[in-house]
Amino acid sequence: MDAFVTHTGTAAPLRRSNVDTDQIIPAEYLKRITRHGFEDGLFKAWRNDPEFVLNQADYAGASVLVAGPDFGTGSSREHAVWALQDYGFMAVISSRFADIFRGNSGKAGLLTALVDQETVEQLWLMIEADPTTLVTVDLESQTVAAGDLVAPFDVDPYVRWRLLQGLDDIGITLQSESDISTFEASRPAFAPTTLT
Amino acid sequence: MGTTLAEKVWEAHVVRRADGEPDLLYIDLHLVHEVTSPQAFDALRDAGRPVRRPDLTLATEDHNVPTVDVDKPIADPVSAAQVEALRLNCAEFGVPIYSLGSIDQGIVHVVGPQLGLTQPGMTVVCGDSHTSTHGAFGALAFGIGTSEVEHVLATQTLPLKPFKTMAITVDGPLPAGVTAKDLILAVIARIGTGGGQGYVLEYRGEGVRNLSMEGRMTLCNMSIEAGARAGMVAPDDITFDYVEGRTHAPHGAEWDAAVAYWRTLRTDDDATFDAEVVIKASELSPFVTWGTNPGQGVPLSAVVPSPDDAADEVERVSIERALEYMGLTPGTPMRDVAIDTVFLGSCTNGRIEDLRVAADILRGQQVAENVRMLVVPGSARVRLQAESEGLDRVFLGAGAEWRGAGCSMCLGMNPDKLTPGERSASTSNRNFEGRQGPGGRTHLVSPQVAAATAVLGHLGSPSDLPTNVS
Repeated sequence: MDAFVTHTGTAAPLRRSNVDTDQIIPAEYLKRITRHGFEDGLFKAWRNDPEFVLNQADYAGASVLVAGPDFGTGSSREHAVWALQDYGFMAVISSRFADIFRGNSGKAGLLTALVDQETVEQLWLMIEADPTTLVTVDLESQTVAAGDLVAPFDVDPYVRWRLLQGLDDIGITLQSESDISTFEASRPAFAPTTLT
Repeated sequence: MGTTLAEKVWEAHVVRRADGEPDLLYIDLHLVHEVTSPQAFDALRDAGRPVRRPDLTLATEDHNVPTVDVDKPIADPVSAAQVEALRLNCAEFGVPIYSLGSIDQGIVHVVGPQLGLTQPGMTVVCGDSHTSTHGAFGALAFGIGTSEVEHVLATQTLPLKPFKTMAITVDGPLPAGVTAKDLILAVIARIGTGGGQGYVLEYRGEGVRNLSMEGRMTLCNMSIEAGARAGMVAPDDITFDYVEGRTHAPHGAEWDAAVAYWRTLRTDDDATFDAEVVIKASELSPFVTWGTNPGQGVPLSAVVPSPDDAADEVERVSIERALEYMGLTPGTPMRDVAIDTVFLGSCTNGRIEDLRVAADILRGQQVAENVRMLVVPGSARVRLQAESEGLDRVFLGAGAEWRGAGCSMCLGMNPDKLTPGERSASTSNRNFEGRQGPGGRTHLVSPQVAAATAVLGHLGSPSDLPTNVS
């Protein structure tokens, strides 16, 4: 997993609350066999609506999503996080995230920056007034910055450490490589292998 | 103070332990199939990571594969793509695979034990909840999700939080006509589908010790239906006799060393469990489900329950909803429930012993008119073994269909499905709404009850059959 220290990019305002993971990506996409390519399923039901924010040329290329409260509720599907990342989002800013979604995001390397709703409202106004506004999400200082606005955000300290280091669960386990090798050397000779 | 069997196996696999962190456990055997592995392999490729121990990993094709025309391309494009992806991934990462057409292909939980890969004291995982099956050998075996599949592929370990232990003690021998399937259905009806949550179950007592390995596998297989992480039976001579001589079993001096170690794998007399349940074997009889979860079961001799029997409002609503889905009327004797389809197979009851007992009942009998019976061996080798014993001719002679190996109608991911409203007596493990096909109605039963039901056309046991007239 790539380390996340700071990210600056344009942002898309998603003025909706309670966006559940079925809305983020519908169940039909769960039959796929790849880990990537879920961007076409992102917010599938809304993508036919020309008014939908991601369909507006102004917000093409946005890499920060500023969403309403209770983002990511519902099904635990990891695909919701993958779809956001595949689309190009590096961070989601909201005043409330669903627990499982937030956990899945941390594992996959998508930053979920928890701010107060006032910050969300301010960001929405700024982005809508000027879609080229650059938003910086800085994990080191735990702040969101845009124009004159600088606001702190909350993130789980363990997730923050992992993202700063660029460590996924597997990366963390592999730090115990020598323990694993030592254990392997002590396994009994009668333990079977699958080779023939 | 002593320790339990589950704790002993856990302790023997701790790679790393630190305060406030989950234990890092070593995984001895990782079984892989086509449905839950593709994203795991894709993510490995993405990160440029190899499979750490392809020699402790084994793949087989089971969930999606057809059970007829197995020599032809798979018709369903989604299934075909998943199977093809598995083959390519295994080739790229060097993982051994038994594909459709291989003599060792079959349901992952039938193949592991059959090859002698599942042995006492091991840790076994697979991206499939019925991995608990392997606990029958005194292994700690449990299902994992796709992210964990990736983790095991990359590291051969898993960070795990500790579990609690529950003893399920079966006092006395099982009465004649009562099987491991009846026992586990009775256990789940007793403790509920959430009763085992957070626990590893250890099945003990005379009623368990007398079971064959096949019976123990049926028992452990359905531990997950009680919500448990895993189920285990302490290994004994029955276990060792089953393992000895199989392809991957130790031999010579290693066999002796292994057995000496395996004999230590039992719960100490002074160990305590976090919970204990005692089942009186003498009170058991053939068990069937009437509802839409495996805990909604009754003795075959009982009647369809009524919402009025519910202990609380939640249960009342649950019974009402299940009766409506199942199209059943309270008070109807279970034996009066007419069946359209009988499915004999699955990782619960698709082994050679299951086919033998069903064939014994069907010999000289005919499957009732308007009933279709599918017999789906758990593996290609089970199929061949059955054919060498002439069981296929018994099934075909009775009017049943004799199929290729796979998960088949247990979960209807391949073309073997119930149609809406169709009612089955099934030796599988889940009677959820739509599990065997949208709108399908499932009654979970033992192989004995399945075979008798096929002849009778309604739920019944072998004792209900007229004497063979052949």
